[in-house]
Amino acid sequence: MSSIQLETRNQKLETDLKDLAQDIVRQAMAGGATAAECVVREGDEFSTLVRLGQVETLKESGSRAIGVRVFNGQRAASTYSSDFSRESLDRMVKSALELAKITSEDPFGGIPEASQLGSLTGDLDLYSADVYSLPGEERINYARRAEKAALDYDPRIKNSEGGSFEAATGHKVLANSHGFVGEYQRSYCSIAAVPIAQSENGAMQRDYWFSVARNLGRLESPEHVGKVAAERTIRRLGARKVKTAHVPVVLDPLVAVSMLDHIFEGVNGDSVYRGASFLAGKLGEKIAADRVNVIDDGTMAGGFGTSPFDGEGIPTRRTVVIENGVLKSYLLNTYTAKKLGLQTTANASRGLAGTPGIGPGNYFLQPGTKTPQQIISEIKEGLYVTEFLGHGANLVTGDYSRGASGLWISGGELAYPVEEITVAGNLKEIFMNIAEIGNDLEFRGAMACPTIRIDGLTVGGQ
Amino acid sequence: MDKNRFFFEHYGLTERDLERYLAAALSAGGEYSDLYFEYLSSTSLMVDESMVKSASQGISAGCGVRVIAGERTGYAYTDDLSSERILHAARTAALIASGPAKTPSVGFQEKPARSLYPVTLPSVDAEITAKVELVMRADHAARAYDPRIKEVRASYADELRNILVVGSDGTFAEDSQPLARLNVSCIAKTDGNSARGSAGGGGRVALDFFFGEKTPEYFAKEASRQAVLQLDAREAPAGEMEVVLGPGWPGVLLHEAVGHGLEADFNRKQTSAFAGLIGKRVASEKCTVVDNGTMPWRRGSLNVDDEGNSTQDTVLIEKGILKGYLSDKLSAKLMGMANTGNGRRESYEHIPMPRMTNTYMLAGQDDPQDILRSVKRGVYAVNFGGGQVDITSGKFVFSASDAYLIEDGQVTAPIKGATLIGNGPDVLTRVSMVGNDLRLDEGIGTCGKDGQAVPVGVGIPTIKIDRLTVGGTAKKETGGFMQ
Repeated sequence: MSSIQLETRNQKLETDLKDLAQDIVRQAMAGGATAAECVVREGDEFSTLVRLGQVETLKESGSRAIGVRVFNGQRAASTYSSDFSRESLDRMVKSALELAKITSEDPFGGIPEASQLGSLTGDLDLYSADVYSLPGEERINYARRAEKAALDYDPRIKNSEGGSFEAATGHKVLANSHGFVGEYQRSYCSIAAVPIAQSENGAMQRDYWFSVARNLGRLESPEHVGKVAAERTIRRLGARKVKTAHVPVVLDPLVAVSMLDHIFEGVNGDSVYRGASFLAGKLGEKIAADRVNVIDDGTMAGGFGTSPFDGEGIPTRRTVVIENGVLKSYLLNTYTAKKLGLQTTANASRGLAGTPGIGPGNYFLQPGTKTPQQIISEIKEGLYVTEFLGHGANLVTGDYSRGASGLWISGGELAYPVEEITVAGNLKEIFMNIAEIGNDLEFRGAMACPTIRIDGLTVGGQ
Repeated sequence: MDKNRFFFEHYGLTERDLERYLAAALSAGGEYSDLYFEYLSSTSLMVDESMVKSASQGISAGCGVRVIAGERTGYAYTDDLSSERILHAARTAALIASGPAKTPSVGFQEKPARSLYPVTLPSVDAEITAKVELVMRADHAARAYDPRIKEVRASYADELRNILVVGSDGTFAEDSQPLARLNVSCIAKTDGNSARGSAGGGGRVALDFFFGEKTPEYFAKEASRQAVLQLDAREAPAGEMEVVLGPGWPGVLLHEAVGHGLEADFNRKQTSAFAGLIGKRVASEKCTVVDNGTMPWRRGSLNVDDEGNSTQDTVLIEKGILKGYLSDKLSAKLMGMANTGNGRRESYEHIPMPRMTNTYMLAGQDDPQDILRSVKRGVYAVNFGGGQVDITSGKFVFSASDAYLIEDGQVTAPIKGATLIGNGPDVLTRVSMVGNDLRLDEGIGTCGKDGQAVPVGVGIPTIKIDRLTVGGTAKKETGGFMQ
């Protein structure tokens, strides 16, 4: 294996991206736009996958793209390009201005007020160049070590989808016609292992574990990642079906976060103003058990959901979404806030094209005091879910039905693995029925949730 | 080579350049290298609250360089199609190998041209006003369907993907791949009750498809019908029972239960529950399942796959016996099997892998009405949201969005959405009846694998599965379905 060199694109740029974004905004305004916004993104990525000790893939590259959104009075349109040649950029701006003639006048459209714009100051600890500091061989070794730890853990682990190491950096610039221009860089690295275990009858099970961080120093060791992946895989061997039952269900943090995501989708201003959410119109009402407190905080140093400003150039903030079970705030961008007669919560997310969406900051359920073991020990018969399959949540009605696998709880202990079962209920009741919240909150992404216990669900099986 | 050459014309590429890039990719001794050039232009429109709120257009272009050395793959890409950047990507990908430089074969052999989607004017170049008309008509039709329809969103998206694939083995393939899709989603509301419905379709078609064959009104009515019907839906039963799948999109069962498990990469690595089952019975003898990338105009079809091979009609299961896997260049070589032309990728940023195209079950002999009449108590599912599979354990799910109870052979009340869960390698062994009404889906499917999304099609006739777990909420006393 030869050594690997990463050429960072930032050094190659002839035009500063902030200048470029401002130029595009000026060009759109000169072309007749009444307001304009430009976003530029640039990124590098590296990934390697080692399988059964051998390098299987090695990928390394960088890319960039630019997008512009223009307003022609109350009509909006957007265009984007990955080609930064003068000719392409001119065409991009011209097309956006043309497109903004055929869209509808929307009295709620527009970019934020000038007074709302700004950027958090101080070091948010989002970027560390050290994610690329390892030499090529060492990156491959991280992946190899994670896989090896999994393979060595138990003789029943006979195969693997591999161990991997990834690193990436991103640079984002936003400028608009109120004169706002902001930028930030973020970095990311991760280690993962996906072992496969086989039981005597030949049945196979797969599970995984991973660690992700903004710098190398905060990654879990490859050995730890491999060992946890192996433990999670081995405990699935010999899984059986169970009879249909109504029992307490405990969700491990990795799957509990999906429940929190359903609340996020439910308080997403875009669903709320359309009445497309089971939480629409519930501000100030009790929608969850007393113990439930949900926070969205885009300002946490080093967080995976942190940024100095949102997708529209508004400084991020901390929003209490649910307090003691009462819905305190939706999560909004400028458009949805106007539609609802509220203030934006600075949750605008911005792709290259289209209207801004709504994305999380660091979004989490506040932890309780019990350990996961304590929560399990209090259950006579129940289900501990370690994996959900499918997308069976209906956010309009709250109806919920998903495939699941995990471990059966018997006499307060994890007794045996189970699979090919379903978990069903309605989200309106599910959040009222959160009976326990664990103390094990840990961020592995922008959203995080501790172990939770939910009562009143139907477990479907034989 | 005298045809229109998109990348030759637009970027001044020459065959000499391509040879130079391939040689750079093999400069550290790889066995095979290829280049994937892509130029993607796209349009999208969305109407909400009867207003066209969003319109966008964009261009994305780049080149991916792959180098294979044994079981190893090196990959690098660039969005800058200058010689300097492509050579840099080629030299980066080259480093997967370590040895003396190899020389690519001299000269390219072009695949015989096929034309599965011969559009004269790609929709992406058509008048935007015609597309605005489509989404506005969809909005009007949905609202006109029933006064309870309160919220309507209609969206239209199209793209034209120009690709050029060249390989160090002499592969040379170009294609121009149109894709268009119209979607309608709506919400019906009454006092204290609401429900959703959605429908959509399209394919590798020109804009006139939506003015003739499948109009905005057609999709709007279907979405509205579902939403209004769901207002009165009962709780779905829970537990194992007889399930009848209607024709068309419920073919997502095949995609999840068997399709992914038969992708050759999983079987080469022995990580699929189907590994080693070739020649064995995996379905009842009434089941024959194919993956067919050669159907004209279909969303999952391709003249050539993303490695430059012609797509095929591949038999996966014949009368219940597992016949073969879906392969790409790497897995075909490593497994010593034929290449079925299923090497696909999301874009130039992605490494190709075996993927499905249009996956469906051939029609059987049974009258769909007889199939329903044969069920004493069960579920009739005619539309689904989507699905997922764990290819290692074989467990798969798919979520019914339009389903009904069957009681004494009669289709009765609509039921709420429920997830169906089963085991891929044996679910089809319990297919006891297969209808004569094969239908393909409307053209809305997108399949995700390893973070890569590609358009696909599915299809199935009406079938009866004797036993499948339905994930409803109904208690025994109300539903009466628990066993």
